[in-house]
Amino acid sequence: MQVIQADVVIVGGGGAGLRAAIAAAERDPSLRIALVSKVVPMRSHTVAAEGGAAGVVRGDDSLENHFDDTVSGGDWLCEQDVVDYFVAHCTDELVQLERWGCPWSRKEDGHINVRFFGGMKVQRTWFAADKSGFHILHTLFQTSLRLPSISRYDEFFCADLMVEDGKVRGVLAIEITTGEFFLFEAPAVVMATGGAGRIYRQNTNAGIVTGEGMGMAYRHGVALRDMEFMQWHPTALPGTGILITEGCRGEGGILVNKDGYRYLQDYGLGPLDPWPRPKAMELGPRDRLSQAFWHEQQKGRTIDTPKGQVVHLDLRHLGRKKILERLPLITEVAKTFMGVDPVVSPIPVCPAVHYTMGGIQTNVRCETSLSGLYAAGECSSVGIHGANRLGSNSLVEIIVFGRVAGDSAAQHARTVTASHGDSIRRQAEASAQHLLSLLGQETGERVATLRDAMRDSMESGVGIYRKQDAMQATCETLAELRTRYRGGVRLDDRNRAFNTEWLTAIELGYMLEVAEALAHSALQRRESRGAHFRLDGYEERDDERFLAHSIAHFRGDGPPLIDYAPVTITRSAPRTRTYGGAGKKAEMT
Amino acid sequence: MTTTRIIEIECQRFNPQTDSEPHFQSYQVPFSEEMSVLQGLQYIKDHLDGSLTFRWSCRMAICGSCGSMVNGVPQLSCHTFLRDYFPDKVRIEPLNHFPVLRDLAIDQTDFLAKLESVKPYLIPDTEKTPAQGTYLQTPQQMDEYYQYSECINCLLCYAACPQYGLNKEFTGPAALALLHRYNADSRDAGSAERMEVINGENGVWGCTLVSYCSEVCPKGVDPARAINQNKINSTKDYFLRFLQPRGGK
Repeated sequence: MQVIQADVVIVGGGGAGLRAAIAAAERDPSLRIALVSKVVPMRSHTVAAEGGAAGVVRGDDSLENHFDDTVSGGDWLCEQDVVDYFVAHCTDELVQLERWGCPWSRKEDGHINVRFFGGMKVQRTWFAADKSGFHILHTLFQTSLRLPSISRYDEFFCADLMVEDGKVRGVLAIEITTGEFFLFEAPAVVMATGGAGRIYRQNTNAGIVTGEGMGMAYRHGVALRDMEFMQWHPTALPGTGILITEGCRGEGGILVNKDGYRYLQDYGLGPLDPWPRPKAMELGPRDRLSQAFWHEQQKGRTIDTPKGQVVHLDLRHLGRKKILERLPLITEVAKTFMGVDPVVSPIPVCPAVHYTMGGIQTNVRCETSLSGLYAAGECSSVGIHGANRLGSNSLVEIIVFGRVAGDSAAQHARTVTASHGDSIRRQAEASAQHLLSLLGQETGERVATLRDAMRDSMESGVGIYRKQDAMQATCETLAELRTRYRGGVRLDDRNRAFNTEWLTAIELGYMLEVAEALAHSALQRRESRGAHFRLDGYEERDDERFLAHSIAHFRGDGPPLIDYAPVTITRSAPRTRTYGGAGKKAEMT
Repeated sequence: MTTTRIIEIECQRFNPQTDSEPHFQSYQVPFSEEMSVLQGLQYIKDHLDGSLTFRWSCRMAICGSCGSMVNGVPQLSCHTFLRDYFPDKVRIEPLNHFPVLRDLAIDQTDFLAKLESVKPYLIPDTEKTPAQGTYLQTPQQMDEYYQYSECINCLLCYAACPQYGLNKEFTGPAALALLHRYNADSRDAGSAERMEVINGENGVWGCTLVSYCSEVCPKGVDPARAINQNKINSTKDYFLRFLQPRGGK
């Protein structure tokens, strides 16, 4: 086993990981920073984010507005002190990206333009056409090339954390090309591994969004917080789940059912006029819109297609020029993957799993309960999304808290003396042997069999709407799948070099545990809040009992232990979450 | 629409641990109208042969992972559809001109080094802090470079480039397009630092203007145009240095 000494190890090369690496390198150029990523950084899933990133810039907007939209959007399950920190730093980070070259879309006078997103009082979303994540990621990646103290380990699959005496001591990774093990010894580790969307089937997420980063922290005793809150994006392509950005609605796109009727007016988001206006109709929040789709489907008012039930996202009234200028990617995607040109036809869309609101519990400094371990981005739960994330808050979360995590980890690395012990090497050897045993298994099921069973069970038990019996059944299925997984998966591929089947088997082990944390957190939350909506007698929010974060603790082969922690409320007391209603017509820029 | 047909997918296989030469292996794959070549490969991996090795991630033509030769043409496999090849077979090979790590996975390290060599980041005149706000840049100024910023680094253009096939030292289409992306950006003042790469024998003058790179680009970037533009810049630079040996920027 090769051993690499580092001061800070960053796991994940997406937006959060790259921002953390840059921050750590800038804070102290003498630190040895190892950026370990299972893909070359510009392949990371940040690349697929479309719509944009929120940061207050307009004279008629304020940090207080951004705070309010975020906290009410999250159904009061946000850490309000963390939200305050967040909104105060968004714009600076977006400006910093601009200074590094990010091609944000501009107004004629050369200033940054901003667009509407759902649940927003005032236009606040910085965008780079509809390739915002792509441009953010490439800007960060290319900027990171200036910093010689960042050593990249591209296509190294992080497989385990090394932990001793309640402190993180490094990570164990597999060099994908050769299948060799590498031990990265470091006093500080940042998890920036993204979400867990692929535990579901119908999905906007890339294939790499498998949640093993969360799983590693969880297995080592770090709690996963608020896992039951999974976001369904209301507009994805049926079948593939490919994302059609909320930016479409931010630019004025409308949603209609099979009768051409703008059905959102029936679900507390109307009236229709004046249109467009903020926080109403198609500019409502994602949880409400995905739930409205479900009801339309129950009423038989969706459109039946070979790929499933859909509604229509209609952009035609925006005109060719605006569509091509503001939404070029979704135009291309709709043509290629649906055979539909949005300039002349509406796009068929349906909800798909999009974002994991919960994750590795951290404080505002991105510290976890395990000394030396930090987390940022979608894998983390720093506390800004609550029960429903607002669109545009995640792309800015990765840079605001990516920087915080990098800073915190750098600071920690300077204050802690690294101890290099044989015991960590022995721990790494033992973990490696366990991983290698997967390769030698002679009997067992295919990875795809167990994975597909997990995904089907998640869709049926912990979907947009939830009921006790179905959730219970999913919990039982997941327990059974974990047993079958322990019984062995049989791989066709027994080689070490570039064995992606082996890696998916390792991922699956973590995914099943993360899925179980999610399902049990959902089962035990006997209320409806944000993206967690029950239809079995718990249709209302219950602040008396559940104005609390769920905390999932790993319990070995058994089910997780779920307990609760208070929510930090500084100045916004929970009230009824309202959208729609009267309002002024918005001027679109 | 949902009728299932069977197509033959023939994949190049190579295992560095056991094979001295690559060989082909055929699979019979059921497919429906909307299935991409990538989904065909995923079907093989999940159901027929877990050892088939290929890269993929976003499956929407933005991450740049899944480039391969599809019937001899550099393509993103997620962006290419089985229906367009049926009833003939479809043959998948790793991208041309790169060393093969295993099956369809190529070694991208050469490109990553070339990308780094063009200094693909803003080199401003003076560093400013975020408190000083953003640069001003009009949409017209953005038009000068924006298309080149859309490169997804998928390497199809390198597989298409005959020059790169002959000479691995050639900086190549995507890296030169990204070099131009920063040179043409009104916020950048780093052209002089990049001129060495442009002028060198493996810079723009290595290109023989076949332009197949621009044809295969899945994102409509035009590397050939960027390279041509820099031939002009390189010529200007040559004469300027001749005329003002010390004063030229």
